[in-house]
Amino acid sequence: MKLIFEKSIPGRGQQIFPACDVPEVLPKVELRKSVAHLPEISENEMGRHYTALAKRAHGVNDGFYPLGSCTMKHNPRINEKMASLPGFTKLHPLQPACSVKGANELITGLEKALCEITGMDGVTFQPAAGAHGEFTGLLFIKSYHESRGDHERNEIIVPDSAHGTNPASATMAGYKTVEIKSNDKGMVDIESLKAHLGPKTAGLMLTNPNTVGLFDENIMEITKLVHEAGGLCYYDGANLNAVMGVVRPADIGFDVIHMNLHKTFSTPHGGGGPGSGPCGYKAFLAPFAPGLVSRDGGEYTRAEKSFGNMTGFYGNFLVMVKAYTYILTLGKEGIPAAAKNAVLNANYMQEKLKDLYPVAYDTTCMHEFVLCLEEIHKNDKVSALDVAKALLDYGIHPPTMYFPLIVHEALMIEPTETETKETLDEAITAFREIYEQIKNAPEAVCACPQTTPVLRLDEVKAAREPVLKYQF
Amino acid sequence: MNYPSELKYTRDDEWLLEEDGVATVGISDYAQHELGDLVFVNLPEVGDEVVAGEAFADVESVKAVADVISPVSGEVLEINEDLLDDAALINEDAYAAWFVKVGNVTDKEELLSADEYEAYNETR
Repeated sequence: MKLIFEKSIPGRGQQIFPACDVPEVLPKVELRKSVAHLPEISENEMGRHYTALAKRAHGVNDGFYPLGSCTMKHNPRINEKMASLPGFTKLHPLQPACSVKGANELITGLEKALCEITGMDGVTFQPAAGAHGEFTGLLFIKSYHESRGDHERNEIIVPDSAHGTNPASATMAGYKTVEIKSNDKGMVDIESLKAHLGPKTAGLMLTNPNTVGLFDENIMEITKLVHEAGGLCYYDGANLNAVMGVVRPADIGFDVIHMNLHKTFSTPHGGGGPGSGPCGYKAFLAPFAPGLVSRDGGEYTRAEKSFGNMTGFYGNFLVMVKAYTYILTLGKEGIPAAAKNAVLNANYMQEKLKDLYPVAYDTTCMHEFVLCLEEIHKNDKVSALDVAKALLDYGIHPPTMYFPLIVHEALMIEPTETETKETLDEAITAFREIYEQIKNAPEAVCACPQTTPVLRLDEVKAAREPVLKYQF
Repeated sequence: MNYPSELKYTRDDEWLLEEDGVATVGISDYAQHELGDLVFVNLPEVGDEVVAGEAFADVESVKAVADVISPVSGEVLEINEDLLDDAALINEDAYAAWFVKVGNVTDKEELLSADEYEAYNETR
């Protein structure tokens, strides 16, 4: 397929601008010297170009998308409808406060709802995405220790099952990451934790349920041990979907948390719009909150020992409109019901697949589970990657592969609550048929996909010699 | 799998060659095989201090990123810049594709002989 730049033909524009009747005020040095490389293409051709691209992609609208740890649930359309109301879209952050009462009420309402779901006392919406929320959470922890004159704490403990963003965020915040082992149940190894706790411990970052889809059975002991060592507990909200409205992170000992609105609260992922990774905190951390903090009465002020701004103004406001719409639509009964259905769907699939594909940790899972294809890879020479590619021919987006790192040849499956039993059954059938093929014709599985717009890509070449921009 | 007998190994899959007080470090053939096609390597800079048991470099394959743990404490004297341009050299010959040369060695991790390391890998 041609790129839009390759379809460009000089002179074939679509806009005819009138002569500019505004005097040029930019100094000459600020003006670019050459004309920008913009594709010249008719509106009709452009529409076809992007429709063709859309047809070659796969989204939740096209089919099942069980990408583990990403919570690819259906985003109700009413979210978009609310976020497109002109009263919201036409706001400017520098408008007088008296003219944005509605928006303030929405921010306050969402903060209260997220406090109720997480048990925290305050939420900042400044972080623009999940990892940005992690970084914000760590700055809360850092500010807390420094405010007490406790400057020796420079270590953040992270389990080996964590998302890669955890050590990255800790490093960004100036901390040293200390990795602790998981035990044979896939949970935090208490002895390994104890061995690394001490006067240098600033805090623990934990995802619970963790990346193998298990709720840590020792969570109360884990958070107690960290607190006894003088550290704080950070809850990575990546997997909050499994417990929202059922278990509150604050009640199991966490002091600070980030949430991915795009995962748990049905706002768009990735290219679907800007992100939002609000950070919740307990009252004792409130003096350090970033940006502007809402006060009763709708006024916004800075926290007394604020560590600064994480982004401009209040964060990505329209994403907040979508998340608040979602929470109000589901309500007090719907939120925990969604979490329970997510867990039910994952367990249903796990039970229907585990006789053929060994489960990494064979127990009742939460919202996701991890298959371990190590034996299949060893005996049949078919890898997790090959099975992922084979699923493409069934119109299914592959699960997350080769993560978490503690499981070899991992396929991590998160169906989410918004899939029907029929869809789950179709996916189960696909997995089982692929297994039959692994046993009968493994080379055919290794040659998949056969029906996609592009066949198997040379991932090594793509990573080693990436072509990231069009050369004019 | 290849286990040159003149080298020492760690349980974290690094190899070590000691000559005239200089330790040359790389990752084992087993490690490159497990990781698959390597696409990127991050190395320390000359003059950096490395600490035994702590990460000093990382390698990225199509599957994952993995830390490379230093078997010794000391000062980086030289780095293999060829790897920065072509990580595939490690897949081609893990024992020719050294990562760093470390001098002023003050501490060492527990090291295995080729036979011990081979036996250890068979149990994994």
